[in-house]
Amino acid sequence: MAVCIAVIAKENYPLYIRSTPTENELKFHYMVHTSLDVVDEKISAMGKALVDQRELYLGLLYPTEDYKVYGYVTNSKVKFVMVVDSSNTALRDNEIRSMFRKLHNSYTDVMCNPFYNPGDRIQSRWALLPVSDPVQVGPAFCVLLPSFCRTCLAILVAKMQPFGKQGRKGLFKL
Amino acid sequence: MEWRRSYGRAPKMIHLESNFVQFKEELLPKEGNKALLTFPFLHIYWTECCDTEVYKATVKDDLTKWQNVLKAHSSVDWLIVIVENDAKKKNKTNILPRTSIVDKIRNDFCNKQSDRCVVLSDPLKDSSRTQESWNAFLTKLRTLLLMSFTKNLGKFEDDMRTLREKRTEPGWSFCEYFMVQEELAFVFEMLQQFEDALVQYDELDALFSQYVVNFGAGDGANWLTFFCQPVKSWNGLILRKPIDMEKRESIQRREATLLDLRSYLFSRQCTLLLFLQRPWEVAQRALELLHNCVQELKLLEVSVPPGALDCWVFLSCLEVLQRIEGCCDRAQIDSNIAHTVGLWSYATEKLKSLGYLCGLVSEKGPNSEDLNRTVDLLAGLGAERPETANTAQSPYKKLKEALSSVEAFEKHYLDLSHATIEMYTSIGRIRSAKFVGKDLAEFYMRKKAPQKAEIYLQGALKNYLAEGWALPITHTRKQLAECQKHLGQIENYLQTSSLLASDHHLTEEERKHFCQEILDFASQPSDNPGHKIVLPMQSFAQLRDLHFDPSNAVVHVGGVLCIEITMYSQMPVPVHVEQIVVNVHFSIEKNSYRKTAEWLTKHKTSNGIINFPPETAPFPVSQNSLPALELYEMFERSPSDNSLNTTGIICRNVHMLLRRQESSSSLEMPSGVALEEGAHLLRCSHVTLEPGANQITFRTQAKEPGTYTLRQLCASVGSVWFVLPHIYPIVQYDVYSQEPQLHVEPLADSLLAGIPQKVKFTVTTGHYTIKNGDSLQLSNAEAMLILCQAESRAMVYSNTREQSSDAALRIQSSDKVTSISLPVAPAYHVIEFELEVLSLPSAPALGGESDMLGMAEPHRKHKDKQKTGHCMVTTDHKVSIDCPWSIYSTVIALTFSVPFRTTHALLSSGTRKYVQVCVQNLSELDFQLSDSYLVDTSDSTDLQLVPLNTQSQQPIYSKQSVFFVWELKWTEEPPPSLHCRFSVGFSPASEEQLSISLKPYTYEFKVENFFTLYNVKAEIFPPSGMEYCRTGSLCSLEVLITRLSDLLEVDKDEALTESDEHFSTKLMYEVVDNSSNWAVCGKSCGVISMPVAARATHRVHMEVMPLFAGYLPLPDVRLFKYLPHHSAHSSQLDADSWIENDSLSVDKHGDDQPDSSSLKSRGSVHSACSSEHKGLPMPRLQALPAGQVFNSSSGTQVLVIPSQDDHVLEVSVT
Repeated sequence: MAVCIAVIAKENYPLYIRSTPTENELKFHYMVHTSLDVVDEKISAMGKALVDQRELYLGLLYPTEDYKVYGYVTNSKVKFVMVVDSSNTALRDNEIRSMFRKLHNSYTDVMCNPFYNPGDRIQSRWALLPVSDPVQVGPAFCVLLPSFCRTCLAILVAKMQPFGKQGRKGLFKL
Repeated sequence: MEWRRSYGRAPKMIHLESNFVQFKEELLPKEGNKALLTFPFLHIYWTECCDTEVYKATVKDDLTKWQNVLKAHSSVDWLIVIVENDAKKKNKTNILPRTSIVDKIRNDFCNKQSDRCVVLSDPLKDSSRTQESWNAFLTKLRTLLLMSFTKNLGKFEDDMRTLREKRTEPGWSFCEYFMVQEELAFVFEMLQQFEDALVQYDELDALFSQYVVNFGAGDGANWLTFFCQPVKSWNGLILRKPIDMEKRESIQRREATLLDLRSYLFSRQCTLLLFLQRPWEVAQRALELLHNCVQELKLLEVSVPPGALDCWVFLSCLEVLQRIEGCCDRAQIDSNIAHTVGLWSYATEKLKSLGYLCGLVSEKGPNSEDLNRTVDLLAGLGAERPETANTAQSPYKKLKEALSSVEAFEKHYLDLSHATIEMYTSIGRIRSAKFVGKDLAEFYMRKKAPQKAEIYLQGALKNYLAEGWALPITHTRKQLAECQKHLGQIENYLQTSSLLASDHHLTEEERKHFCQEILDFASQPSDNPGHKIVLPMQSFAQLRDLHFDPSNAVVHVGGVLCIEITMYSQMPVPVHVEQIVVNVHFSIEKNSYRKTAEWLTKHKTSNGIINFPPETAPFPVSQNSLPALELYEMFERSPSDNSLNTTGIICRNVHMLLRRQESSSSLEMPSGVALEEGAHLLRCSHVTLEPGANQITFRTQAKEPGTYTLRQLCASVGSVWFVLPHIYPIVQYDVYSQEPQLHVEPLADSLLAGIPQKVKFTVTTGHYTIKNGDSLQLSNAEAMLILCQAESRAMVYSNTREQSSDAALRIQSSDKVTSISLPVAPAYHVIEFELEVLSLPSAPALGGESDMLGMAEPHRKHKDKQKTGHCMVTTDHKVSIDCPWSIYSTVIALTFSVPFRTTHALLSSGTRKYVQVCVQNLSELDFQLSDSYLVDTSDSTDLQLVPLNTQSQQPIYSKQSVFFVWELKWTEEPPPSLHCRFSVGFSPASEEQLSISLKPYTYEFKVENFFTLYNVKAEIFPPSGMEYCRTGSLCSLEVLITRLSDLLEVDKDEALTESDEHFSTKLMYEVVDNSSNWAVCGKSCGVISMPVAARATHRVHMEVMPLFAGYLPLPDVRLFKYLPHHSAHSSQLDADSWIENDSLSVDKHGDDQPDSSSLKSRGSVHSACSSEHKGLPMPRLQALPAGQVFNSSSGTQVLVIPSQDDHVLEVSVT
């Protein structure tokens, strides 16, 4: 039952940030932004030692009176931050981990979307804030294409990768 | 002591402390005792008895009684110590040496456990025996004590677990269990096993937390309701005492509140952690605890007076911090700020909320309600603890002071905030620091100290901008706007307002508000009329695209240029803009190709639309803002041999990539929005910019030629100017001026002479305006006619190739001047018209070039003279044209090509003569030839030219030839030379009848010496007796040279000798076989003296041998005039010359291919030599002209059969 999910680019600008109580959006923005301090700290503390272990989950970043902020960082240094209500004691570390993993998968799907430019803000109209349901975190990034098509495109995109951004655009000329 | 423990726990060294107390039966633990610390672990019976009697009388009874008591309490841990004294032994001799007291006691009491009895001998003496017995005793004591301890502790733990398992039972009390487990913790603490002690407390902590969670889930335990009583006291954690007995007792009495329990638990944990040297864990746990408590109170729905928790948290935070500070030195604290900073910021936050709650932040100070609340809060704190009463900086004192007055609160709050910000900054948590700073700014704003708030807001805003957090940016900007408004920073405020007005994260009303703020300011009558507020355009409106009309952005002087821009207004309401000005920079680039009028007019750029990239303002430095690398390979070759010198990769857009990243300050600050003052402005007044896209059109009349670069865009609303400091990509337009020009060029690739050809006249008016009556005066060239057609029209175009009009052309021709009156055209237009010109075919001077067709190889000779046979002969006609705009005439050269090439040849058949004329069409066109004539120009009456051509009309196709033949007939003696003129009418085959009659094509030539003088006849006879010639066998060649006429004019030359009225001439004959069919044996040439008379015959015999079988053509017989050398030179002859002459003659004979021309030239060379080089006394040869010799046997062949016995097989092996 995350109250706020944020995907933050490597350069620390938000790619995606949604929270359930929309009236308090600003508070969560501030909170997520502040949590980046700890994320940075943890990433630099992890340093080289943990690179091989591929532990992407950063754990509890910091607790506040009402919320707990968890962090997760992908190998490409894209950060996921999740804010959870403190009173929700049902969410243990494992649940948080699996939520992050789902989030990561969805994010990967978004990346595979050929209509998406990496680095752009994720503006999916389908992102109907499923943050209230931990199981439903995944479809936060609903991708427009049917899954089989997505797979094909993912392969294509992977092949186009050496050509960089132009290559991705060039894809549509195929 | 090593301590081995049950359940596989690792053995540990422990320190067990024991008290010795006198045995009392009351002290023995009763059933269900929970106290471990006072538990009697080992009972020792001391006796000094050494007398058996005494033993039997008293000690034994006493021992038995003691044992019974112990047994009754099921205590099996006992020890009997017998102290032996040597002194006593001496006094009383041992009566029963065999049975000592020790043995007796052992026998009586320690029936199985003999080790339960220890003898301590002479304890006060200093002997080895004494030492030994002490050691033995102490070892035993320790072992037994530990044994008992382990046993009892194990029992205690088991009891405790049993008790814990009962927790679901209704009557179970947490407090009771708490005390039991704490007892265990105490024991561990006593054993200095702080880790284990901590585990006990952690277990209790977790158990309690779980109950609270379960309670929250609706599964409440009865005992828990007790903890739900309203909070009445919030005096914070007390960490200074190792055990807070006061709280412990309240727990024991089951009177503790949740906060009491938590406080007590944490104080114990804190104590143990500090023992364990883990102060940072205290800080961390403290934060967790405080958050947790707040949550639990909420969860349990405990009623808490407002602010009470804040007080509690605040006090606790400070208490923890002070406790940690108390046990660590400065360096340690500094290096572990990361752990404590959370507490600091939490305390700050809480103090802030207390301040707001108690009205200490408001401007007017607290009202009565606030004061009441403060009093209540202070009451809840109770009295200060005695242990902190003496410290000046105790949390209690701090809080009390802070709540007491506005000033004190401010001081404390600022202290805390600054400390927190400093700490955050020092550990690199800039974002957190900025966030606290923002709170501080909010506080300052409340305190009406905007000047202090501004710096914090700016700092935070910078941070958010750098990382592109839209919502925080908006919010902080809003605060900043208010701050700036209070500060009276009009410019900054308006700028922030403009940013906010264009911010989509704000509501429509808010945006309108900020927009209105700007408009209000703009509409204020300014006291200083010249004063302008310059703001960046970006937030106000964005330049989307720009469109030029004409689209190539090139306009002539005086022309009108339209620039249409699309501005996307970001304002929520329509804004009336007084004027929009584009600042234009003017430059004249000298010697630039771009400036040439032709380039400007012809070179079409794009469609004239320039798109401006949308501003990516909300994005921070990301990959989007950087363009992709444009890499190109580079090869540098050496200029001499084209070999590769260097190679590399060039990045074409380095200037984009390596550009200094704009520091974020310039993102926000209007630093350096300088208004450029330029003389050139494009202006558009009174425009209302609707929200969204707006089209604005600028219109300008070009004045000076040069390049105009659009530099700044400026929109003024009252005294507010929105300025776009740089228009990028660079937009420029060009103004050119052009000199009037006239171009004349043929329509086709080349002009053909003789037929009408079209020539295009292009008049570029430039800055000159063609007035009525302006005309071009063409001075006529003699051989070129300008054909005037009535219906010729001129087209007038503008410089951008748009047709504007067409007009009839009036052409007036006089014999010298052709005047073309131009149509009226404005400046910077193009007039185009076509004229037909006709180059009169002047007779090409070919006549002198006597063509020796019929000689051996005539074409070779031509090749030498004309490089390629297909090159047309050209004639240039120069026309000088007077233009109305210039006093000088323009001279235009037109080159016409003659489409034909003509050659002639003289053909003979015996004495009959024919003239052949070959006309070759070199052009791409097909022609129709007609009316061919060959006329003798010398008008000799007896000469007749009989045409043998049948058709009068004949087509001649491109690159083809047509031949004409005439027979020459004469009645009297023919003239030595004949001058002929060939003329043929021609017209283009494709076209219909032309309007004018074309002049025929003429060709004049001269034919000389055409009369046949000699007839040469050669015959080959087989060897005598043979019917046919055979290869390899000699045959005889008979050459018969016959003179056909008497002495004629042409014979009168050096070769003629006269004797007795008889004339004779010397001729040289030569037999040459070019095709190597024949081998000439013996002399192949000779000189004969030919009488000059009709039918004079000379016969020459020669031996020739056929080399091949078959029908072989006869060898050539050539006849030359043999001219003797000048006798005048003979005196100067010397031997060398003669030798040279011999060698020369030898050379001549050895020459396989004696070319007539080469012979002739050689002869002429020699003659030339003889004249200038004292001459070589060498006879000269002169070829007879083609018409004078007729070879009647040319074309005949002789049959040669192979020799019979001549089988030569040539085998070549390679």
